[in-house]
Amino acid sequence: MHYIAHADMAFSSVEHIMRDVNYGWLLRYVHANGASMFFLAVYIHIFRSLFYGSYKSPREIIWILGIIIYLLMMAAAFMGYVLPWGQMSFWGATVITNLFSAIPLVGESITTWLWGGYSVDNPTLTRFFTLHYLIPFLILGLVVLHIWALHVPGNNNPVGIDIKKPSKDTVPFHPYIVIKDAFALLMFCIVFALFVFYQPNILGHADNYIEADPLVTPAHIVPEWYLLPFYAILRSVPDKLMGVVAMLSAILILAALPWLDTSKVRSAVFRPLFRQFYWILVADVLILGYVGAMPAEGLYLLIARVATAYYFAHFLIILPVLGWKEKTTPLPLSITEPVLGGSPNLAAARSDEKIEKTIK
Amino acid sequence: MSKLKNILFVLIFSIIVLNSSNSAEKSPPFLETKWTFKGLFGKFDRASLQRGYQVYTEVCASCHSMKYLTYRNLAEKGGPEFSEAEAKAIAASFEVTDGPDSTGEMFVRPAKLSDKFVMPYANEQEAKAANGGAYPPDMSVLVKARKGGADYIYSLLLGYSEPPEGVELDDGVYYNKYMYGNKIKMPAPLSDDLIEYTDGTKATAEQMSKDVTNFLMWSAEPHLEQRHKTGFRVIAYLIILTVLVYFTMKKIWSRVESKV
Repeated sequence: MHYIAHADMAFSSVEHIMRDVNYGWLLRYVHANGASMFFLAVYIHIFRSLFYGSYKSPREIIWILGIIIYLLMMAAAFMGYVLPWGQMSFWGATVITNLFSAIPLVGESITTWLWGGYSVDNPTLTRFFTLHYLIPFLILGLVVLHIWALHVPGNNNPVGIDIKKPSKDTVPFHPYIVIKDAFALLMFCIVFALFVFYQPNILGHADNYIEADPLVTPAHIVPEWYLLPFYAILRSVPDKLMGVVAMLSAILILAALPWLDTSKVRSAVFRPLFRQFYWILVADVLILGYVGAMPAEGLYLLIARVATAYYFAHFLIILPVLGWKEKTTPLPLSITEPVLGGSPNLAAARSDEKIEKTIK
Repeated sequence: MSKLKNILFVLIFSIIVLNSSNSAEKSPPFLETKWTFKGLFGKFDRASLQRGYQVYTEVCASCHSMKYLTYRNLAEKGGPEFSEAEAKAIAASFEVTDGPDSTGEMFVRPAKLSDKFVMPYANEQEAKAANGGAYPPDMSVLVKARKGGADYIYSLLLGYSEPPEGVELDDGVYYNKYMYGNKIKMPAPLSDDLIEYTDGTKATAEQMSKDVTNFLMWSAEPHLEQRHKTGFRVIAYLIILTVLVYFTMKKIWSRVESKV
């Protein structure tokens, strides 16, 4: 192994990988940008579920497993970011581990225990390295559970209504969905390759090419782009403990989503009001991401506070109330109806008869 | 589907915008110059890299180290591509301490291709003591370690001027409009005809700044040319495969009545 998990050698061993190891530059850029692409894919996945109401009964278990995967991904990504031991690695680790010191009574002891000393140092680096290796296996196990749990109710669809089984309205996974996913995956790979080969460092921070120096604090400490919205929420609360609580709640509130959304209708397609609030939430999260990258002062801080308040209001006030008040548009009788149009099921039913006849 | 695509584009766009505006310190826009290493087929200008090395070794190297580079890198493909004999001669002009030998003594010998670039100072403390308390940063990955990259370095080298009225400078501090906070402890390093290029190019400050920035870009990304070459092939392959898979998908889905 060419990487050395030691405070004095980690940075130069990464440079060694970039310069002297055959295709080391490629491996490292794929690894670093791969993390960003993983989050990008997961964010698309999460926001799709939010739109089509995939978290609702009977898929709560799938959704909650997904939230746990997301939490573990954040942990793995954060620890991975620490390993090159650049300035952002070191100071990012300092900021995040210091969050634990906000816990009353035992906070300081927990932080010391996490560090393996009285500051972020070599023991912190070595344990982060082992955890960065361990967590992906936990994620893999949870992904297996995630898919297993999916196989009980089956997957949701854009119309968001149950499919009666056995059904003539669906197609087999192979070859139909396999080829469609292969196409989408290839399109995604092109975007991925553009980042890796032409802008490998644009998603990172320049300061992480400066070796960690405990005596020099960077002008602005910012996490990777995928954690920025939560960083904005953390900093928008003046009190340290309450900031940590707000940040954690922002993620954990998602786990309660199946019960906070009181609407019986799953898909946003039939919920005109929810659809508008959905896009406001998307904009709100993007705004939080933007102010998360900015210094926490003046107008940025004000925007962060308003956006944080709205984020929680969306889940705690808007969603429950919408479920009671909203007048939804009528649901179709089957998933084929909106596709084929006209009277429900008849066209499909007839063609099914034809198929059956030809098979016989 | 179209909405999902919208989200994807919005996300990608916002990421790029976010990162380009990450630290919006109020500094003037960077000086513009044409870099050959940018773009789909971007390559280094070989002659410029060789001149850049000359600027580095004759000017910068008196204070700035380059600890991740070895002399063999100078002869490697995709770099300045000095001939092996030239690279050996460059290495031999430096002295390194080696040892201990069989009698337990350390000794000084000329550097070889396998040696790292010789550092101007023994340690950080010595470097600081010799430079009024400021540590001249290692230049190996300097381009990647600064927001704005090559454009920033190029602009900084040419960005020295008299301080505007009302700005007080201490002794040994200089005004540079591109520096963070506008105060820099490095005096303007380059001036017209400071060195004499071996290839006869006129050594204007702009020319030297451009050459040395090219050299620093290469030292930060020694495999840039290979990266661009491989990247083009990978993406061309992916596009062809994507088109083929697209038509396969159309064919398969034509068996059912559905719009994909």
